[in-house]
Amino acid sequence: MVPYIVRRIFVMILMLTILSIVTFLLFNAVPTDPARLTCGKTCTPQIVAANRIRLGLDQPLITQYLEWIKGIFVGRTYGSGSATFECHTPCLGYSFRNGEEVTPMILKALPVTMYLALGAFLIWMVVGISAGIFAAKHQGKWQDRLVMSISLIGYSLPVFFVGLLLLIFVIVRWNFLPYPDYVSPFVNPVGFFQTMLLPWITLAILYAAYYARLTRSQMLETMGEDYIRSARAKGLPEKVVVRKHAFRAGLTPIVTSAGLDLAGLLGGAVITEYIFSLPGLGRLSIHAVTEYDLPTITATVLVAAVFVIVMNLVVDLLYAAIDPRVRLS
Amino acid sequence: MTNNSNVILEVKNLNVEFTTDDGVVHAVNNVSYKVERGKTLAIVGESGSGKSVSSLAVMGLLTGSNAKVTGEVFFNETELVGSDPEVVRKLRGDEIAMIFQDPLSALHPYYTIGAQLIEAVLVHNDIKNDVAHARAKEMLERVGIPSVDQRMDEYPHQLSGGMRQRVMIAMALINDPEVLIADEPTTALDVTVQAQILDLLRELQKEFGTAIVLITHDLGVVADLADEVMVMYGGSVVEHAEVRDLYYQPQMPYTWGLLASVPQISDKQGQLDPIPGSPPSLLRLPPGCVFAPRCTFKDQVPGAKCSTDFPDLISVSENHEARCHLTKDQRTSIRIERNIGKANQ
Repeated sequence: MVPYIVRRIFVMILMLTILSIVTFLLFNAVPTDPARLTCGKTCTPQIVAANRIRLGLDQPLITQYLEWIKGIFVGRTYGSGSATFECHTPCLGYSFRNGEEVTPMILKALPVTMYLALGAFLIWMVVGISAGIFAAKHQGKWQDRLVMSISLIGYSLPVFFVGLLLLIFVIVRWNFLPYPDYVSPFVNPVGFFQTMLLPWITLAILYAAYYARLTRSQMLETMGEDYIRSARAKGLPEKVVVRKHAFRAGLTPIVTSAGLDLAGLLGGAVITEYIFSLPGLGRLSIHAVTEYDLPTITATVLVAAVFVIVMNLVVDLLYAAIDPRVRLS
Repeated sequence: MTNNSNVILEVKNLNVEFTTDDGVVHAVNNVSYKVERGKTLAIVGESGSGKSVSSLAVMGLLTGSNAKVTGEVFFNETELVGSDPEVVRKLRGDEIAMIFQDPLSALHPYYTIGAQLIEAVLVHNDIKNDVAHARAKEMLERVGIPSVDQRMDEYPHQLSGGMRQRVMIAMALINDPEVLIADEPTTALDVTVQAQILDLLRELQKEFGTAIVLITHDLGVVADLADEVMVMYGGSVVEHAEVRDLYYQPQMPYTWGLLASVPQISDKQGQLDPIPGSPPSLLRLPPGCVFAPRCTFKDQVPGAKCSTDFPDLISVSENHEARCHLTKDQRTSIRIERNIGKANQ
């Protein structure tokens, strides 16, 4: 087990390295001059040239890359002489558009996205899996058809539609909840929940629908396995057969999907954050894209990708925890 | 129901139907048998002959699907068909246990051997976990598994096929059931291991006094273990006899075919005699005798009766029944001519 984890972590580091190179190249691949983007309308060629040198953009690509990586681990200093400014560890770059370092911007947006993703995740996992098991238990009966129809509807509705619908009715028309205004749960828990409730539901509806279908099909597949028949032959109550034997065996694909979906959301739930004005990573990256804020774009892409890679590792370790056959091979 | 108190399991006119999109599948038709304590009944037949389905029906393991089970199944005078599923569940694994063909797929891949055995004990016994643990270890030792302490913590995939089947047997017998239904227990195993498993079953049967319903297509296994044999074809019983009679005095062309298709070392011809054709679709059973389309002797019956009338299960001699329109003399002469069984007896 330990060599397996070590090997996986090694692979993960390798992937992160490749990823950072790709992300960095992205920065240079945009059809515009990064230095030109550092100053506004009143730009002169002199300022552009000076900024180019200050940011090290005149250096060869490999040097720029190493500087960037160095910045992440030990921080970096832009420019030289009197015109220097410090970018603190971990330095993901400096956003000229906002006139601030990228890292604090990310760190400010990250918790919002995490609360959003984790909250929605909890709701959809509980609702989706329960609904899926329920449907599987009543396969072919009206309960099954009802759950599957609802989930089909939920799955077909785009997030922006559900989000806007909830926003318009629950908040604007019926005034059940105040207008969304994000506050930290540590500052104002009630306000936090009032703001997050609809975004959670919006995201959870889509995913719960998907997980209900996934769980149902998994359960139906494992319920047909020989070892389920053995479990029944032992005289186990049906509840134990379903929960202990069938569900555990059908869990693997659910865990895979859950890990990757959560990872994807942690990178920013763009539409949901936008609709409910949540200052999360999704909104940050959308702003960065519309404003051509290259360092911020690079940083958000990198952060999102790190989530995916790390969650992949987590999923693989969970696999091993669930399935002993994975553990030993 | 029965005047013989030694009968532990009695099946009367068991029918199983599956409703499918293509129509009704008659998987089991009017099957009746009795099993006495400590005895072995073998149910023999090809795939799709209804032998497995009939035993799953006895176990009450067909509920919840699209199966319709009718008839009567008495376990120790308790009627199982149509009774409260909870009653049947409590008997399952406690009084009637079952082992399956492929022990790898029949054991849960994610739980240790120990956990699966302990679970089987605890579901029927209100005892402490460590008592169940000890019971599981004892049972594993009894079925001949070496280094039991280590095995308890291992997973099914870490064991060999023979060991897995031993674990299945241990799991089935751990609550000392009265009846063990063994559904092709040796089919998925190596030949050498098959013999060991059969020996083990025989020993355990003697020790625990368990009645065994052995489902198989292997007539060698039958000769080894069974007291009584029931041959099934197309969902119906076509011959039912004591094991000696079935081998020496087989009365039904299908049984002849089965016996002829067993390889004999002494056979100088060096050729097997397979039964021509394939088993009937249970969706559309032939109108007369289920075996008629494949029967090479049907022309000897006057009036093409085999294609119109399904013969009754008639008594041939004591404890020997068969379904066939051929007269007794015809059967005897065919058996002499073909050298089937011990025809001259």
